[in-house]
Amino acid sequence: MNREDFPMLQKEIIYLDNGATTFKPQCVIDAIVDYYSNYCANAHRGDYDISYHVDEQYELTREKVQKFIHAKEKEEIVFTSGDTESLNMIARGFFENILEKEDEILITQSEHASNVLPWFRLAKKIGCQVKYIPLDDQHYVTMENVKKSITPHTKIISLAYITNVIGDKRPIKEICQYAHEHNIFVVVDGAQSVAHKKTDVQDLDVDFLVFSAHKMCGPTGVGVLYGKREFLEELEPINLGGGMNESFDSVDEVLLKPLPTRLEAGTPNIAGVIGLGAAIDYLTSIGMEKIEDYEQHLRRYLVDKMIKIPHIDIINMESDSAIVAFNVEGIFSQDVAYYLNKYNICLRAGNHCAKILKKEVGVTNTCRISLYFYNTEEEIDELIDLLKDKEKIWKEML
Amino acid sequence: MDEFVRREIIMEHYQNPRNKKECHDDSYIKVNTSNASCIDNLDIFVKIDQGKIKDIIFNGEACAISTSSCSIMIESLIGKTIPEVQNFIENFEHMVNEEPYQEEILKEALAYQEIYKQNNRKNCALLPYKGMREILKKIKEDI
Repeated sequence: MNREDFPMLQKEIIYLDNGATTFKPQCVIDAIVDYYSNYCANAHRGDYDISYHVDEQYELTREKVQKFIHAKEKEEIVFTSGDTESLNMIARGFFENILEKEDEILITQSEHASNVLPWFRLAKKIGCQVKYIPLDDQHYVTMENVKKSITPHTKIISLAYITNVIGDKRPIKEICQYAHEHNIFVVVDGAQSVAHKKTDVQDLDVDFLVFSAHKMCGPTGVGVLYGKREFLEELEPINLGGGMNESFDSVDEVLLKPLPTRLEAGTPNIAGVIGLGAAIDYLTSIGMEKIEDYEQHLRRYLVDKMIKIPHIDIINMESDSAIVAFNVEGIFSQDVAYYLNKYNICLRAGNHCAKILKKEVGVTNTCRISLYFYNTEEEIDELIDLLKDKEKIWKEML
Repeated sequence: MDEFVRREIIMEHYQNPRNKKECHDDSYIKVNTSNASCIDNLDIFVKIDQGKIKDIIFNGEACAISTSSCSIMIESLIGKTIPEVQNFIENFEHMVNEEPYQEEILKEALAYQEIYKQNNRKNCALLPYKGMREILKKIKEDI
């Protein structure tokens, strides 16, 4: 649906790599061009009209994000360069100051690198441990396994809401409830969820949520760090500099601005933030429930056709998102991707930044299809036609 | 080289790669080589004896182009002296990068004569040679 809104969809390609990034609708591109063409000025310098307008638009986006994820206050929304920076800020700026040697951090083996490596570094620095919640047969996180993994030393549970290879949705609300009863923080990586389903941070009761704009029809280089105010107040800025300080006279006399500005040092990605605002307006106008329902329908349509092809192994038969990871029997995933590229079909081959997942599923590399609301049944039919003829793949993969 | 022959050579080496196995022999020099832009990942093990390549073994996960290219490289380089290896690598790289090269040296490796037409696969064909360059560097350091 809504294909006419996307310039990239006017080209003769079938794009099935939405887990990596999404296409941008014209309205997002226009909003960015509008900023650069009509009111290009820095933020926080409201002495003249165009700068005042920048501040208005920039802060308006903060309110849009607040409403979009149902945060309590707009000061709980911090703009960052993306999901990765947000997670690093949380690990270094918040947890590094409160973790102790005997503490444990719980993640899973299906997390993206950005939700693994900051914790590895933190563990190394503090001398504490990173442990894994075991996954069930379908590579899902169950409440039972969460409870079993928690020890008196567990301090943090950090999980993707929806993972980027299996596409399973975690029972975040139940996890938060249980974790909070045991004084454990919950950090949620929303990279693969915020673009595809309704997010309500208050209902879920997460302590931190991070996501990137470019995976939700917005521009690259901008993302969000949401945190409950009481925790953001304690988050030490990693970057110090312009915009975030109130005054400074000497080493001992540095006064920082209040939230959230304190955590946004330097000139922010103004165009990016404004683009994110336009993306949120756009997704809201379609409706997140509608997007989720449509993607579910499309995934079922795809999987029903794929399971009829004997030489295809689907890795994640069960999934709550529009992600299908698979392999063609006897053919390296990258060769399958190259073959499909000859027919202008874009999908991803590899380990998808989930390098420790191989221990769990026993397969290092897969092809991954990740759908979005603008994909169609006709596109899936074309893909299936190309996949069902193994001889053809074999012949044309070079 | 005829297109059909090129394809035959590549597929033959992909399906039956030479010396693709594990190597636990410490007398081999080992490198790991991978491409930032794709998922090919190869370990290459080289045994040198009296200035000549005595043996090469490889292992890892890689696409049809990388795997076959490594297999052909191995067959081509075993028995060669270090300067001959260097010359072979240079000629192969020149071919892939559309620069002048000596056809008669490359033999079966000519199967990648037209790989330059697929930009995204050039690095796959070059990957084992990148690993071999690392090995040469190591040998030089040891001397």
